[in-house]
Amino acid sequence: MSRFNVVMALALVVCALAVIQAQHRSRTYFVELERLKKEARVLDEQWGQLQLEQSTWANLARVDTLARTRLGLVEPAHGRVRIETLADAP
Amino acid sequence: MNYHSRKLLKLNLAPWRMATVGSLLLAGLVVVAGRAFYLQGLNTNYLQGKGDALTNRNLTLPAHRGQVSDRNGKLLAISTPVESLWARPDELKLSNDERAQLARVLGVSPQALEKTLARKTRGEFSVRRPVTPEQAVRIAAMGVPGLHLRREFRRYYPAGEVAAHVVGFTNVDDLGQEGVERAYQDWLAGREGQRRIQRDRRGNTIRDLAPIRTAQMGGNLALSLDLNIQYLAHRELAAAIVALKAKGGSVVVLDAKTGEILALANQPIFNPNNRRNYSPEPMRNRAVIDTFEPGSTIKPFVAAAVLERDLYRPDSVIDTPETWRVGAKLVRDTHPHPQLTVSEIIQKSSNVGAVKLAMSMTPQQYWDVLHRSGFGQLPGSGFPGETAGRLRDAATWKPVEHATMAYGYGLSVSLLQLTRAYMAFANDGEVMPLSFLKREPQEIVGERVFSPAVARKVRAMMETVTQEGGTGMRTRVPGYRVAGKTGTAHKLVDGRYAPNRFLSSFVGMAPVSNPRLIIGVVIDEPSGGVYYGGSTAGPVFAQVMAASLRQLAVPPDAPDTATRVTQNAPPVAARAGGGA
Repeated sequence: MSRFNVVMALALVVCALAVIQAQHRSRTYFVELERLKKEARVLDEQWGQLQLEQSTWANLARVDTLARTRLGLVEPAHGRVRIETLADAP
Repeated sequence: MNYHSRKLLKLNLAPWRMATVGSLLLAGLVVVAGRAFYLQGLNTNYLQGKGDALTNRNLTLPAHRGQVSDRNGKLLAISTPVESLWARPDELKLSNDERAQLARVLGVSPQALEKTLARKTRGEFSVRRPVTPEQAVRIAAMGVPGLHLRREFRRYYPAGEVAAHVVGFTNVDDLGQEGVERAYQDWLAGREGQRRIQRDRRGNTIRDLAPIRTAQMGGNLALSLDLNIQYLAHRELAAAIVALKAKGGSVVVLDAKTGEILALANQPIFNPNNRRNYSPEPMRNRAVIDTFEPGSTIKPFVAAAVLERDLYRPDSVIDTPETWRVGAKLVRDTHPHPQLTVSEIIQKSSNVGAVKLAMSMTPQQYWDVLHRSGFGQLPGSGFPGETAGRLRDAATWKPVEHATMAYGYGLSVSLLQLTRAYMAFANDGEVMPLSFLKREPQEIVGERVFSPAVARKVRAMMETVTQEGGTGMRTRVPGYRVAGKTGTAHKLVDGRYAPNRFLSSFVGMAPVSNPRLIIGVVIDEPSGGVYYGGSTAGPVFAQVMAASLRQLAVPPDAPDTATRVTQNAPPVAARAGGGA
């Protein structure tokens, strides 16, 4: 009887420690999860800002002006365009 | 063992002393137990609440408004977080030095700042929304009690004024005020969420207790607009308005097959990114909200009506004297021809001819065609403030009105409505429902307005408008066959037609062999000397059409020597046509 008690007591202690361990681990993971969620949010915002920046640089009015002034591009005159049709085109 | 049996340990106490000590201890126990019961049993909710208040917090989960993009995913509106400065007046303690510094950071005079901060409001008010990131850092470093920064989302419109009338804008509270932002407010708006968390001593979140409400991000929206075409329409219209010294104007570009609105530009414009200088006038989406009398652009519908009833054929000859009397009204042609065919009436835009055609029907019959074409009814684009125009009931028409209705006076339309009605000619008689949203072809059910034969005949008549002898010779697009109709209408000013104020319009389609695009242009009061629709709105149409067809890589259909079409060529077609 007393041996059984000792075994049970030991088992109890082991279980208690396991609970503590599990709890600790769950909290650590949770903190990690929170950190990653926050990071995701920050990255999401950054993505939005980069999209905004990209569309500002790629603004058609800006591209149009730069193409005409700095690069000296012109729209091809009608006679200088050749339309090609692929033989196997649907 | 029996203690009592040992002499040494035997206590010789009076029983009352035992009883006293015993009862004192018992009383102590009762007090402790009672207290414990009081705290644990009776007061537990209150105390638990106090305990939770130390560790548990409600966390707001931010949700931002959805993005708006064009049909190819180019950004038109996006929400991005910014800081704004708020004050809590009852906690605000600002020394003179700090006030001066804050005023410097915000770039206002200390007096003006004083006035802003002295506002008598309960609770909080915003001092500056938004502040720049640099300002935010400096204000946070000052650490003034009662002043705090708050994270908010601000809406940006990368395309700026180019797509402003369609996209619209939101107010500071992120509520859609105009345009698509308003029409799809419920879909675009995000809903903040909340959840309850437990924090440790250091402020780390350690446990998720309960999600109170999940955050709902605003939905994204892909519009039917093509930003490239939109930009071209905007650019050409803006240039024309300056050149023609006009008050305003609009351009609508429709996909002839699907009814999608590929571009819609207006002048004057506004910048949705700059919320100061509010003025309602340039914000109005004229193409959708304003109505005008269509003038000669209504004539193809007259032709369609008589063809449909087999009253005339396209080559039937009609006497068209210079003037023609209907009741008290004298209908006049500015460029008279003694005889014209039905097709030439459209080509030369003869008022007398159109009146004679319209008068060969009863008012009800003519009304029926106009009504079927969508006049007097909402175009159904879902745009806020969309107008139905005006088409009076045929029973109330007097003969004069029956006549003027034939050349576009006495009824009013919006440009969007008129352009939509031309879809019947472009799409072999079938009108597709309009849409500001991108959509898949299979979900569309059209509405038959004319038979394919009638639609094609009228289209052929409208092609002559752009040919030698027509009123729209300046609407030609190199490489493509173009059909359309010019319109020049006197403006109604104080109930009378002003002799020298015009609304010039052109609605057309290309390529005629299989129309892909319909473009409607209206110019409000051109005052540079030219005012005919063919020479004011026409060139804008031609420019936008040429550029859009190239953009969409539509193969040319005109027998044209300038464009060499070669068969069996190496695969460079993709490069030649597919520039996005």
